[in-house]
Amino acid sequence: MSTPQHSAVRSRSASGDTPAIEFVGVNKNYLSHGETVPAVKRTDLAIGQGEFFSLLGPSGCGKTTTMRMIAGFEEPTAGQVLLDGKDVTGVAANKRDVNMVFQSYALFPHLNTYQNVAFGLERKKVAKNEIGRRVGEILEIVSLTGMEKRAPREMSGGQQQRVALARALVNRPRALLLDEPLGALDLKLRQQMQIELKRIQREVGITFVYVTHDQGEALTMSDRIAVMNAGVIEQLGSPREIYERPATRFVAGFIGTSNLVDGHVERVEGGLALISYTTQDRVVVPVGPSVRTGDKLEVSIRPEKIDLHRGVPPVTATGGSVLSGTVTEVVYHGTSTNYTVSTAAGADFTVFDQNASNADDLADRGDRVYLTWAPQHSYMIGV
Amino acid sequence: MNRVKNKIAPYLLVLPGAVWLLIFFAVPMVAMLSLSLQEGDIVHGYRFTGHWQTYTEAISNYDTQIIRSLIYGAIATLVLIVLAFPVAYWIAFYGGRRKPTYLFLVLLPFFVSFVLRTISWRQILTDEGPLLSPLRDMGLIGQSFHILGTPTAVILGLVYNFLPFMVLPIYVALERIDPRVVEAARDLYANPATTFRKVIFPLALPGVFAGVLMTFVPASSDYVNSEVLGSSDTTMIGQVIQAQFLENSDYPTASALSFVLMLVLLIGVFTYARILGTEDVMKVAAR
Repeated sequence: MSTPQHSAVRSRSASGDTPAIEFVGVNKNYLSHGETVPAVKRTDLAIGQGEFFSLLGPSGCGKTTTMRMIAGFEEPTAGQVLLDGKDVTGVAANKRDVNMVFQSYALFPHLNTYQNVAFGLERKKVAKNEIGRRVGEILEIVSLTGMEKRAPREMSGGQQQRVALARALVNRPRALLLDEPLGALDLKLRQQMQIELKRIQREVGITFVYVTHDQGEALTMSDRIAVMNAGVIEQLGSPREIYERPATRFVAGFIGTSNLVDGHVERVEGGLALISYTTQDRVVVPVGPSVRTGDKLEVSIRPEKIDLHRGVPPVTATGGSVLSGTVTEVVYHGTSTNYTVSTAAGADFTVFDQNASNADDLADRGDRVYLTWAPQHSYMIGV
Repeated sequence: MNRVKNKIAPYLLVLPGAVWLLIFFAVPMVAMLSLSLQEGDIVHGYRFTGHWQTYTEAISNYDTQIIRSLIYGAIATLVLIVLAFPVAYWIAFYGGRRKPTYLFLVLLPFFVSFVLRTISWRQILTDEGPLLSPLRDMGLIGQSFHILGTPTAVILGLVYNFLPFMVLPIYVALERIDPRVVEAARDLYANPATTFRKVIFPLALPGVFAGVLMTFVPASSDYVNSEVLGSSDTTMIGQVIQAQFLENSDYPTASALSFVLMLVLLIGVFTYARILGTEDVMKVAAR
């Protein structure tokens, strides 16, 4: 029944197998004042069908260049860019089946909402009534019905944002590229649009590639995140993986707040390494089999995983890490209190303490405290 | 007290310019209007008689020159758009850090007097000049081929002299186009030609519009280019007015012709604005 021909057709149409976007050994250099400046260094990347994928990093990390190579506005110096398994390196932007939502929207100022949204379909020579139908449909999805005749300058930032989104989505691209699309909106509107973007993505089922420097935005919206720094993807993983197990010092610092300590391994026992600072101050961290006594380790601990005790810690906590220190700063945040503690390990620690029922338990500046946390909350980075 | 000051401050700022316009624009206009309705001659003086027939006579005597001027002005303006657009486009999109230098180069000829520059074109275009004599020697043009004294020479002079007035406004309009808007067009499947037609050109229209105003009006009323590069067959209305004023001392006819020219140009400009839909154009420009 299933001839070879059939199976070939099936495997090609089984879109789940072929990544929507693939980078194979992509390099991108810029020439600046006669000098070659690397923007993206040797990158391999596969973005799945229907995935919400974020490129996260500080400005100048190469995330925008990466996106522009997908769109076709930049060509890689070396390597290949694949869309749906097809090599599109060197193919002009207007011949690539991806669309972009630009930072500050880049709407056509001389065209109204309808004309802006219909622009791509007209270029593709879609029939007039079909254009009308699809524009109406997409304007409904982005809640802009009735705004067809408005010019961009007659609309608010949030509405322009929706037009930009509709203008790209109406073409049903293989992937939608979003370049810091919410950057120009105020906080309230941004949070609202985050939820809306997620809803729209679920509704249309298109791969979203989202460029942002806002870690909160990336964490809440993405299926997977690539954290970029200096032209390199430092870590690629789910929001949870990236937050809980940062692969590098940069990721630990860039995503949320991290406490970083280093020290030499005193002994390894049952997959746990022990680093001692004094007889009672120690950090316990899960390690792989390659770590030996005497190795120098860097350990990251998230502030909300740490318990703060005003007296000698209870015995239940003694299996994990213990650091003593002095409170140097107390900031009350309503739902939590943030402490800065100068510890025996030599590093200043940040601790987020939930303001639960025992509100009178607050420590004061200058108090002697003990910080404890379970072994699994220590995370070894930079291996 | 302060509020009163704030209210009159704008008017105070306008005052010097308003006085200037009143003395050097409004007063001469009224004087000229009165002059055009006077009768007499330079020896016995002119007297206001309300003799409006000067207008009809002037029009019927010089309709050829008026129409010719408008045609030369229109052709020069069209050639200017075609020449200036690529220049402005190149400077705006490929000028890089040297944009100011290129703009300066466009303006550079203006550091030499208008009349001098036109006269040097005469040297270039003359039958024995550096352009025609080699071409004639090579046998590419015949003995009877001339440029000087023809409409071509006059229009060429007009185009040359007004080029910056077309380049600069188009440049300003192109320069203001957000490069991301151009990328957006490419992203939405427009090839380079369609991107130009559907996005870049419409957004540059306010500049073209301003350029046309700044070149068509002065080119149509120009009197130097035809004087220096033309012949009696290319006489433009500006020359006629100049001759009536300075040579024939026929002030009423000269004044009447000035008003006719002004009226024709105003009607032309308003019709043009109407057809192009200035309001839309200006709205885009005001962004």
